[in-house]
Amino acid sequence: MLEVIDLHVNYGGITALRGINLTIEENQIVTLIGANGAGKSSTLRAIMGLVAKSNGKVLYKGEDFTNLPTKDIVARGIAMVPEGRRVFADLTVEENLILGAYTRSDQKAIANDIKSVYDTFPRLKERSWQKAGTLSGGEQQMLAVGRALMVNPKILMMDEPSLGLAPLLVKDIFDIINILRERGNTILLVEQNARKALEIADYAYVLETGQLVLEGPGKTLLEDQRVQEAYLGVAR
Amino acid sequence: MGDVSIFLQHLTNGISLGSLYALIAIGYTMVYGILRLINFAHGDIFMLGVYLTFYGVIYTPLPWWLVFILAPLLTGFIGILLEKVAYKPLRGSARITILISAIGASFLLQNLGIVIFGGRPRAFPVPQLLNHVIKLGGVSINVVTFIIPAVSILLLIGLTYFTTKTKTGLAMRALSKDYETASLMGIDINRIISITFFMGSFLAAIGGILWGSRYPQLMPLMGAMPGLKSFIAAVVGGIGNITGAVIGGFILGLGEIMLVAFLPRLSGYRDAFAFVLLIIILLVKPSGLMGNKVTEKV
Repeated sequence: MLEVIDLHVNYGGITALRGINLTIEENQIVTLIGANGAGKSSTLRAIMGLVAKSNGKVLYKGEDFTNLPTKDIVARGIAMVPEGRRVFADLTVEENLILGAYTRSDQKAIANDIKSVYDTFPRLKERSWQKAGTLSGGEQQMLAVGRALMVNPKILMMDEPSLGLAPLLVKDIFDIINILRERGNTILLVEQNARKALEIADYAYVLETGQLVLEGPGKTLLEDQRVQEAYLGVAR
Repeated sequence: MGDVSIFLQHLTNGISLGSLYALIAIGYTMVYGILRLINFAHGDIFMLGVYLTFYGVIYTPLPWWLVFILAPLLTGFIGILLEKVAYKPLRGSARITILISAIGASFLLQNLGIVIFGGRPRAFPVPQLLNHVIKLGGVSINVVTFIIPAVSILLLIGLTYFTTKTKTGLAMRALSKDYETASLMGIDINRIISITFFMGSFLAAIGGILWGSRYPQLMPLMGAMPGLKSFIAAVVGGIGNITGAVIGGFILGLGEIMLVAFLPRLSGYRDAFAFVLLIIILLVKPSGLMGNKVTEKV
């Protein structure tokens, strides 16, 4: 469905990605794990067109996305939940959701989707007229996910959704990802919480300093000795 | 009784001038909100709006009221063009670079004005409807003094509706807070920037027409002082904040008129009032009356 071929990204003189290849199949949860600065976020940002690609290609259902501006990528059904939630603090919860549907014009379907976001996250419904900045961290994360769902995405990319959340909320977030999978969403998940990510993922990639070092089904990588030592804190 | 009516007369004058400053200040504040740029050419856009109206009324067979609508629309498109030519190519450069480009654009427009319109002052063709004196309880007031705040308030209501109730208005507010996340919503940033410049320039031109109806002398440099004062109004109110710009405009307009009215010995310092106010605000509350404390995003 989504194919990333030999992706390179440079920031000034610094190389962030040196040749990444990813394949994401429909209805899969694919995860990217790796240490800080390994290039996980850069991969997502490059796919979304937020940073320039110095080389490589992004194909979506055969269409070349490599040089498409972000707004057109979103319009074709790829949404991203940015790292750090980044809700619009001065806008109400509902206004945030309406902006999520910015590329759509089917008013009826949008109203329906807002309702279904509220069904998934009842807390947001209670606070629909509150400014997003007044929400707790966990609620803001729900809003960020809900806002991305308003794109009606074929592929949802999530950048560190559990970062900075209390353990109980982290569990909530992964429950949500499971719900999304059951609804048929395709998800590309970037996580520092490697164990949880691998447990949930159909397929996983391990990034180190801008390169892929390992890939395979999530369960297989959970058993992998190198992964256990480097990312799961399992001592030998 | 006499004192009260004189005070009321000054009050209406102050409100009238204040709403003009407010209309122009909104353009500064909207552009700043989106681009973090002080559009120093904004006062000259105001001047262009007045001249376009002048030429439209004098040299075309169109009725004046139609010109009063078309000229601001045209000025709006000039605003879009200004952004495309002077600011867009520099997007992503240091802010000081774009600021210097803004100053350059201002000089360019002023001097183009001198070349094209001539340096000789012209008289603004004020329609009879706007320009007659009525008597209200012993006070003689020109109707334009009432029309100015009335038009301004209508435009402000429209603008408030636009920014709070429409999708484009929401996108504008989102963009002013977080570019990258706004683009993740699929917002076309260039389009929103163009709309922002259009609206700011449109309002400045309306302000220009009202200004011309009240002070009917046209000069290519006429935008400089109102532009500067409206910029101060925007800063006093808290730049980036539309309500703040309106409040700042009224404070400036009222203050200026009252200073001249009640301290006639200081009337020579009329223009200095705005700058003194600016200095005080920058010392006491640099973020402006309605401004949020600026926190740099990490």
